Amino acid sequence: MKKRRIKGSELIIHLCLFAGVTIVAFPFLWMILSSFKSLSDFYSFSFFPHEIDLSAYKYIFHETGFLTWYMNSIIIAAVVTLSCLIFNSLIGYTLAKYKFPGVKVIFILILSTLMIPTEMLVIPWYVMGSKVNIIDSYSGIMFPGLIEAFGVFLMRQFMLGIPDDLLDAARIDGMSEFKIWWRVAIPQVKPALSALGIITFLGNWNAYLWPVIAVSSDNMRTLPVGISLFATGDGGGIQWNTIMGMSTLAVVPMMVVFLIFQRRIVEGISLTGVKG
Amino acid sequence: MSLKARRTMIAYSFLTIPLLFFLCIRIFPTVYAFSMSFSPQYGGSFTLENYVKLWHDQVFWKSVWNTCKYVFITVPVQMAIGLLIAIAIERVRHFRWIYRMIYFLPYITSIVAVSWVWRLMFDPNVGFLNEFIGWFGIPPQNWLSDPKESLFCVCTVMIWQSMGFSMLIFMAGLKAVPKQYIEAAQMDGAGTWKWFWKITFPLLNPTIVFLAVTGVIQSLQTFTQIQNLTAGSGSSAGGPLNSTISIVVYMYKNAFQDFNMQYASAVAVVLFIIILLVTLLQLKILNRNFDY
Repeated sequence: MKKRRIKGSELIIHLCLFAGVTIVAFPFLWMILSSFKSLSDFYSFSFFPHEIDLSAYKYIFHETGFLTWYMNSIIIAAVVTLSCLIFNSLIGYTLAKYKFPGVKVIFILILSTLMIPTEMLVIPWYVMGSKVNIIDSYSGIMFPGLIEAFGVFLMRQFMLGIPDDLLDAARIDGMSEFKIWWRVAIPQVKPALSALGIITFLGNWNAYLWPVIAVSSDNMRTLPVGISLFATGDGGGIQWNTIMGMSTLAVVPMMVVFLIFQRRIVEGISLTGVKG
Repeated sequence: MSLKARRTMIAYSFLTIPLLFFLCIRIFPTVYAFSMSFSPQYGGSFTLENYVKLWHDQVFWKSVWNTCKYVFITVPVQMAIGLLIAIAIERVRHFRWIYRMIYFLPYITSIVAVSWVWRLMFDPNVGFLNEFIGWFGIPPQNWLSDPKESLFCVCTVMIWQSMGFSMLIFMAGLKAVPKQYIEAAQMDGAGTWKWFWKITFPLLNPTIVFLAVTGVIQSLQTFTQIQNLTAGSGSSAGGPLNSTISIVVYMYKNAFQDFNMQYASAVAVVLFIIILLVTLLQLKILNRNFDY
């Protein structure tokens, strides 16, 4: 009797959760369905396209720089992530495992930059970037993110957990200090490193404020900037099916990646989230 | 050379490039932003005119007020919904990972892309929402084009996107609640409701503080959603009638549409001070010990 009652309440929870899932997932469904509609379809309401219309996708691939934007986003996010992983782990390692005068000051200096919001820095970055002529180039979009204080902090916390004996043993074996970091320390913090890599990549993939400021020519746009600028005007009036097609192409591959690495990503985000 | 000196040298050789980076890309621009905010637009020496102008600027105060609204609406709601979902998922035995995955999905997707999807749904003529409320006999609304509703529409999108993050962090927090406490409470015959308020909720305190602080800082910086939900096709970002304008949107418009970088810097400095206060408050609360 008791067991059945529990099952009943579980069923109700399932129903509530399912209702929530519908609300959360609906916009994505709507986005995909809308991308297969013709423009005139939008004015007579229906869930499904009256007939599958691929004109939005044809337009995206033939008339816009969408593929270039996609490549830009991949290149920028990949380079920034790689740079962040290398530098953050090297700094974190040095701050955690070396005792030298000034280590505390440097650590606090780096940590304090966490309090400076990007929003305040974009204007100086723009002025500085214009002076050295890197606005509207890859390096202009990438330079602010190459090293990141939160990642330094996270890496330091994990590097602290590496036993000193392990490093000393490597020293006795005659390994160079640089090699000890690369060969001994890094393998010890791989899970944290992959978590950091995931959130850095995601953050840069979705970044908007700085790229939209730093980019002026069409072929330098990243995916979010491209979609946003196309949608707000340079496509000439709001072409809903094309915008939804672009959104679909931007969002669906991310979802597939998320599905594959679901566990890793969720662990990474809750790990870094709670630690931060 | 002594071993100690050698290792100090190695440490500094590892740190040279990063330190230069932090000085040039973080510290110097901060100083620069402050100094710009005290400079007149067309050259000249130290002045307070940007801040005086700010004080009398109605649109600026509107943006501050709106930003407060964003914070006080989105943060509690996304946390409450996140907690509800987390508890519900903890209580079922099947399909847990599917639920978790779908609720979390909006958080990892591009803000720009989903803002446009929502903008389509909000559209008064071709959108889904007017059709939907029509089924219940509610007259069509103007949503984003109505100054009274627009801010809530932006909030909806923000909540929809970030509640999955709250859920995830709450799920981690719930896992950390010691099982024996729950068993002890059940043995004492405490009801579910009582068990939740007396045991689980206090134990979730660190999680709640963390989510509140990150949520507040994030909504203080709201920009992308507003820009993409309201700009373009004849209207300007933060509209209609500045009903959705936030501090960052106002800063952006001043700097990159009106090209008054000095005035925009003053706006940015105010934002910086607000965020600094929130961060200091966070440090104070987090340094208080939580008793388990």
